Amino acid sequence: MDFTLKIWRQDGPEAKGKFVTYQIKNISHDCSFLEMLDQLNEQLVDKIEKPVCFDHDCREGICGMCSLYINGRPHGNDSGITTCQLHMRKFKDGDTIVIEPWRAKAFPIIKDLVVSRTAFDKIIQEGGYVSINTGGVPDGNAIAISKVDSDLAMDAAQCIGCGACVAACKNASAMLFVSAKVSQFALLPQGKPEAKERVEKMVAKMDELGFGNCTNTGACEAECPKEIKLTNIARLNREFYAAKLS
Amino acid sequence: MSNIFCSSIGKKLLMSLAGIFLCVFLLVHLGINLMLLRNDGGEVFKLCVEFMTTNILIKIVEPVLFLAFLIHMIWAAILQVQNWMARPSKYAVTNHSQSSFFSKYMIHTGIIIFAFLVLHFVNFYFVKLGLTSPAQGVNPVEGEHDFYNMAINLFTQPVYSVIYIAFFIFLGFHFNHAFQSAFQTFGLNHKKYTPAIKFIGLAYSILVPAGFAIIPIYFMFFWK
Ligand code: HEM
Ligand code: SF4
Ligand code: FES
Repeated sequence: MDFTLKIWRQDGPEAKGKFVTYQIKNISHDCSFLEMLDQLNEQLVDKIEKPVCFDHDCREGICGMCSLYINGRPHGNDSGITTCQLHMRKFKDGDTIVIEPWRAKAFPIIKDLVVSRTAFDKIIQEGGYVSINTGGVPDGNAIAISKVDSDLAMDAAQCIGCGACVAACKNASAMLFVSAKVSQFALLPQGKPEAKERVEKMVAKMDELGFGNCTNTGACEAECPKEIKLTNIARLNREFYAAKLS
Repeated sequence: MSNIFCSSIGKKLLMSLAGIFLCVFLLVHLGINLMLLRNDGGEVFKLCVEFMTTNILIKIVEPVLFLAFLIHMIWAAILQVQNWMARPSKYAVTNHSQSSFFSKYMIHTGIIIFAFLVLHFVNFYFVKLGLTSPAQGVNPVEGEHDFYNMAINLFTQPVYSVIYIAFFIFLGFHFNHAFQSAFQTFGLNHKKYTPAIKFIGLAYSILVPAGFAIIPIYFMFFWK
């Protein structure tokens, strides 16, 4: 398969970026999107040109590093997958593919297609954890948890912090991410003691870092590779009101 | 802990509460307007107007209504500007993630509503306050406001009626997303009730604008 690639190139955070067009030929159907970019980079290196920088790590959809906005959709034209799980067979031979970085004030570009998602780490540092005293391993069955709640908590815990929700949202809102991180604890007894403080501090941090405000458009849910549901955002709102009113 | 209404979620809550109040108000307004359709020379309509302008309860609610409009518009504007600022450099390829269609145009439909609100005020409320005068010959008795004649005078002008109907189409677009969105903002999302809320929102966004639009259609085509 042959493709025309239009890729955003930007030398550094302050540099002015632009699209550069590349031709790539003889790409296999079974090639993944990132492998296709690897091949492009090999060709660029052979020509002593700077390779295209893009984030990746596990390449199996679990780490949340890969982050490309492909033809107007974060993680490309498929649902429930990350960029590294996207395959070239999803495209037509001869297609032009436009590749952009996530664009949000809170996710500044580092280089080319690589953005800084430190903002997410800062939100997590505000309470996206449970404090546990070290010591003996507690009995896994000591606290009974309903299957319904544990399933919902596990669904929320699927979030890999990729930032596609922010990238897709017309408001660059981080509500889906924050709602997943709040929900995974709010639903479990272990998360309850710190629930109030957690939701207040995480939302305050989210606002401070310059993410937009949610207007319930649903683009985040449609693009989330882990299919985190909007019901989590409603839960985040409930948790937030409960914390503020108590 | 810091004030709830300084946070993004709190600002949304305030705006949604105001928005839902406006939705309820509009229903009452529609109920009264529909009285124009009674072929009674405006008898019942005038009674309703009389009630709305003199009743003490309504007098108390009136400032709340103005406040609701102000809060809704000001907070909508604040949130919208923040949302634009949250993405300073735009994508080259417009996003086509699957999302609620009308949600993308809330500020635009909102501005259209605001423009109509101004027109509406000039036509009716300012007359009541004595700031503008109605069309010639509409107020037979000096010092008394005949809203019935004012309305008929406007609705029999095709240009006004077309603007009026077009406006309600845009209002319907606003509601289409607004109603269910407000419940999500309140934190109410439930697999049993959310489909019902969405249905009510859809029905509201079609029936209320249709109810308002029937009136100029009646006066343009069927009234003699
Ligand atoms: C009769 C008049 C109006 C009614 C009944 C109404 C109702 C609503 C409701 C219920 C919402 C949903 C709140 C939420 O999403 O949580 C909403 C959202 C919104 N309204 Fe209005 N509104 C009216 C007029 C206006 C005006 C005049 C403006 C513009 C200045 C405006 C701008 C907006 C915006 C920007 C949103 C946010 C959209 C979103 O959350 O997705 N509205 N409106
Ligand atoms: S909610 Fe989904 S899209 Fe957002 S960061 Fe988590 S996994 Fe990525
Ligand atoms: S590289 Fe790890 S999720 Fe894509």
